Amino acid sequence: MSNAPHEEGWVKKYLWSTDHKIIGFQYLFTGMAMALLGGFFAYAFRMQLGFPGKSVPGYGLVSPNEYNALVTNHGTIMIFWFAMPVLIAAFGNFLIPLMIGCDDMVFPRLNRLSYQIFLLSAVILIASFFVPGGAFGGAWTAYPPLSAKHQYSLTPAGATFWLLAVALEFVAFLMGGINFVTTVMNSRAPGMKWHQIPVVIWMIVVASIVFMASVGPLVAGAVMLLFDQQFGTGFYDPVRGGDPILWQHLFWFFGHPEVYVVLLPAVGIVIDVIAVFARKKVFAYKTVLYTAFATGILSFFVWAHHQFVAGIDPRMANVFTATTVLISVPIAEMIFVTIATLYGGSIRLTTPMLWALAFVAEFLIGGVTGIYLGSSGSDIYFHDTYFVLAHFHYTFVPIAVIGSFAGVTYWFPKMFGKMLDEKLGKLHFWATIIPFNFIFIPLFITGAAGDHRRIHDYSRFPDLARADLQNLRAIATVATVAMLVAQVIFFYNFFKSMKSGKRAGNNPWNANTLEWSAASPPPHGNFEVLPTVYRGPYEYSAPGRESDFWPQDEPPDGETEPAQEAAE
Amino acid sequence: MTAASLSVDRPSGVSPRRPAVASNAVVGMAIFLAAEVMFFGALISAFTITRISTPGAWPPPGQPRLPIEATAVNTGVLLASGVALYFAHRQSALSARRAAKMLGVALGLGAAFVLFQGWEWVGLIREGLTMRSGPAGSYFYLLVGAHALHAVAGLIALGVARARALRDALAPGFFTATRLYWFFVVGLWPVLYWRVYL
Repeated sequence: MSNAPHEEGWVKKYLWSTDHKIIGFQYLFTGMAMALLGGFFAYAFRMQLGFPGKSVPGYGLVSPNEYNALVTNHGTIMIFWFAMPVLIAAFGNFLIPLMIGCDDMVFPRLNRLSYQIFLLSAVILIASFFVPGGAFGGAWTAYPPLSAKHQYSLTPAGATFWLLAVALEFVAFLMGGINFVTTVMNSRAPGMKWHQIPVVIWMIVVASIVFMASVGPLVAGAVMLLFDQQFGTGFYDPVRGGDPILWQHLFWFFGHPEVYVVLLPAVGIVIDVIAVFARKKVFAYKTVLYTAFATGILSFFVWAHHQFVAGIDPRMANVFTATTVLISVPIAEMIFVTIATLYGGSIRLTTPMLWALAFVAEFLIGGVTGIYLGSSGSDIYFHDTYFVLAHFHYTFVPIAVIGSFAGVTYWFPKMFGKMLDEKLGKLHFWATIIPFNFIFIPLFITGAAGDHRRIHDYSRFPDLARADLQNLRAIATVATVAMLVAQVIFFYNFFKSMKSGKRAGNNPWNANTLEWSAASPPPHGNFEVLPTVYRGPYEYSAPGRESDFWPQDEPPDGETEPAQEAAE
Repeated sequence: MTAASLSVDRPSGVSPRRPAVASNAVVGMAIFLAAEVMFFGALISAFTITRISTPGAWPPPGQPRLPIEATAVNTGVLLASGVALYFAHRQSALSARRAAKMLGVALGLGAAFVLFQGWEWVGLIREGLTMRSGPAGSYFYLLVGAHALHAVAGLIALGVARARALRDALAPGFFTATRLYWFFVVGLWPVLYWRVYL
């Protein structure tokens, strides 16, 4: 276990590595590339909606079939190939060993295989655009019979490619999740008790457990859908004794916990960032943990709120309304915790802190509008309108985009040893946040006015083809373009700072958690001396101390450094 | 994990710096099996819902009956394989060679189970029960086939474990993970037998 630098070939170092940091970067960069692709899709179909029938610069005319494929794959990519890989896999891989003070994951080769399968799944998804019939266009939820029969979906190969890609992606994350949970259980630094683990690590662990417990039913459902598509079975075909609603149950039994699978790591990042930049202990650390567990458990009992109009028993709808409204309690509690942590802190408005604060504010809008949709009565009106779309973008954009930016800007110095440019960072922040609200607030209005999702061209719907609604759609489209263009600032800042940014010391933010005691960037093996933990992760502004932070691995006063043999 | 994966300078979190509650192999396999339980739980629930909501008798008239008695015997064969594996573990404390012998017994019984199931499938297909002949056939092959695939994967793991035991190179982590997995495959089967055959 030497940390002596040893030469490895480029392929072995970056493509065939078992180092958790490299695998984290692989997930991060793949996720960012896929996000660009998903953003480009959004650009193409938003242009069609804002300016129907006009050729989209850089894409061309958007045909109805292409429109469906673009929307479907935008959703699929943003959730499965951007939010999941960046929030869970990239941050999980990079942060877990560093923040719990060990040198790598417990199953490094399984970890490498996980990324390779993930990459394969991304390749298959992209390939689905180039097969006869084109990419799958049956929505990211893939409801049968539309998804099961080629004569309906018109994408005989695309539908199967899509399904295979999603299934492989799940296998990859299953492997990653096993690694995360086992590593946190067994490889923590000596002295690190369960309530001294940073919140973000807890959140990734709870999210991994929720993911692994919910993904089995979807894999089972996907196998049955694959058989229906390719082998002529009738699992979801009512004419042949099957049941199309069954897919909805299997899908949403996974699909709704999935929301919390990506939400929890984002909340974890935000809470960690807020504690550092409010220079204050996280308010009610244990409450955060218990609410995370409660959210995880409750998330398994809300799925049918997606099916209020699918013909489920109204008595069942009542039950799911109650559980859905109930789950907003632990989530609200987490939001209150962030606010209580801010209260009385000495707040530093760095770029990561701006992102973290924006998360709290924007996610709140998504959470509050969710209550309308979780109640079966109002959901019947709002079902499948742009109100629903605006609601879940107000949850998913804060989670996937804002949460990721908070994490990337906060840990960038540790990842690459350089500081990001703060001026450009703040410019990018405002250039992203303002257009974001201009996209989705108009869509709440069009949705409440009855704008149905999944419509390629409103000109054939006289009630909806009104000038006032069309103007709102155009505003949303222009804002989408503005938000996408703003990302140029981020990528410029990212790559320029990586090359020629100001050198970051080990601990540029004066943070307490263990990763900041490693070198920036951490070498192979992470720590020179594996750390020992003496206190919790959030001892900021502790009374009676000169400095306002107190690293977890700093021995208490009057004690000497621990003997080396404990580490080697 | 094999000895090769712990080669000299590759860091890995396995360095025992604190007492583990359970070994990495046990924790990792337990999490994986929890996901498997959910997978089979979904398959069984889907089958149960379809079966309940089908009007009339089950299996639907005109479909072949499943060989209940023969499969009961075969269930016994698989259970015996699990017992053999249990004794293989107990022997492994005394001698690797005797453990390898019991692993061979477990492997043989498990293979006999899978082969018998395959033979049963050939008969049923001849009688007209196929993936496409209706929900009864679709679910039968889906559930039993999913279990059979898991069993084949388990047999490969048992074969590797036996080969390593013969060389006296069976790592305890690998052996534990293999045992947990095979006990899952063995324990799952009676549940499937009860839901699908009876």
